[in-house]
Amino acid sequence: MKIAVLALQGDFAEHETFFRRLNCQTVQLRQASDLQQEFDAVVLPGGESTVQGKLLRELAMLEPLKKLISNGLPVMATCAGTILLANQILDDDTLHLGLLKCSVRRNAYGRQISSFYTAGSFGGMNNVPMSFIRAPQIEFCAPEVEVLAEYQGRITAVRQKNILAMTFHPELSSDARIAEFFLKMISEAK
Amino acid sequence: MFKSEQYTLNCNLAQMLKGGVIMDVTTPEQARIAEDAGACAVMALERIPADIRAAGGVSRMSDPAMIRGIQEAVSIPVMAKCRIGHIAEARILEAIEIDYIDESEVLSPADDIYHVDKRAFKVPFVCGARDLGEALRRISEGAAMIRTKGEPGTGDVVQAVRHMRKMNQEIRRIANMAEDELYEAAKTLQVPFDLLLYVHENGKLPVVNFAAGGVATPADAALMMLLGAEGVFVGSGIFKSGNPAQRAAAIVKAVTNYQDFAMLAELSCNLGEAMVGINPAEIKLIMEERGI
Repeated sequence: MKIAVLALQGDFAEHETFFRRLNCQTVQLRQASDLQQEFDAVVLPGGESTVQGKLLRELAMLEPLKKLISNGLPVMATCAGTILLANQILDDDTLHLGLLKCSVRRNAYGRQISSFYTAGSFGGMNNVPMSFIRAPQIEFCAPEVEVLAEYQGRITAVRQKNILAMTFHPELSSDARIAEFFLKMISEAK
Repeated sequence: MFKSEQYTLNCNLAQMLKGGVIMDVTTPEQARIAEDAGACAVMALERIPADIRAAGGVSRMSDPAMIRGIQEAVSIPVMAKCRIGHIAEARILEAIEIDYIDESEVLSPADDIYHVDKRAFKVPFVCGARDLGEALRRISEGAAMIRTKGEPGTGDVVQAVRHMRKMNQEIRRIANMAEDELYEAAKTLQVPFDLLLYVHENGKLPVVNFAAGGVATPADAALMMLLGAEGVFVGSGIFKSGNPAQRAAAIVKAVTNYQDFAMLAELSCNLGEAMVGINPAEIKLIMEERGI
């Protein structure tokens, strides 16, 4: 399995480690030409969505990436990646990929002092580690979007066909279950 | 090794900043320019290092009202500096919910022996280091992120290069040691054994390591990334140059594509005047020697 990780800014190296532990091959996407190679799925890592969105646009990667995902390429997004995918950002006029039928609010829990760790259920799995770092929140989602996890009544993970999106960071833990969940999504898509 | 849940979360925020550029700003307008140009965080301070150097005298924490103005102006993380060892300034910055405190040698040290016990705080700290010993001492005090000291406000990258090279040379040396040699190395470097063991086993610092001090051009930023920095602080280099917005955006792209030299060539074109810069041999105030 070959996973492409968007490597413009953020914790892309942690995502590479996350999937390499499951014997996946990983490649970094840093510019438009990197999108022309073959890969089975793409990961949108944590980081700052303002930076990643701007670089996607200015490096002419936004439209090609949007097309790949629209055509069914499996994508896993954490934190900033989820903001890139959302079709509504409540406190920001700039949309990025706009493919996930959800509205998100950036920094919904507050500044770094309010970052937190919890363990919760995710798509039927229990006690999954979840680190929320200046995390966004998914406020509403369309009926066809499946909610996979919630924290205190707030949606923290969703799936819409080939898109898996979270507001927390599974890649920061050594628990591989969410990576395995995504690998299963990739296999089913084939 | 000390590792509370909050400390881990604080190290995690630094991981999210990787591959990014943190820019010094002195006003909400500059903060917005920096955010629009692609900064992954801003450092709010009253005077950029070049002006601190020019003004002389005692340099202190910025006015919290000014920092709040910047917090309200942008959505990215906001950092601010406290003086080395100034526990009260650090607590004030924590009270206004700053995202990261830089216990910084750029300001006048408040304590010439002790650093702040950073483990006692909820908010994270970044500290400067010239070598592995300084880095591990700061981490043992609770720093969740390290940056090179460089020589701030000079526009001369030579010290940042020296510090990054030295750090990585020492890390390679420790990684290659036999385990029973680490006790002596810990004694020589004046660092805790468990942190040194981490470096030995992992071949890297236990926290994220950025470059800082004297970065003025896209090429300088790329140089620091090529030498192993995980991201870059740009202080005086942007708002002391001819066209800050354009230069800032070029430095952001240079950090992402630091290995694509054709792109770096394009990014380096027509940026206007870089900050003038002063040679560290010509200055009297050597900030890197503060807090070792």
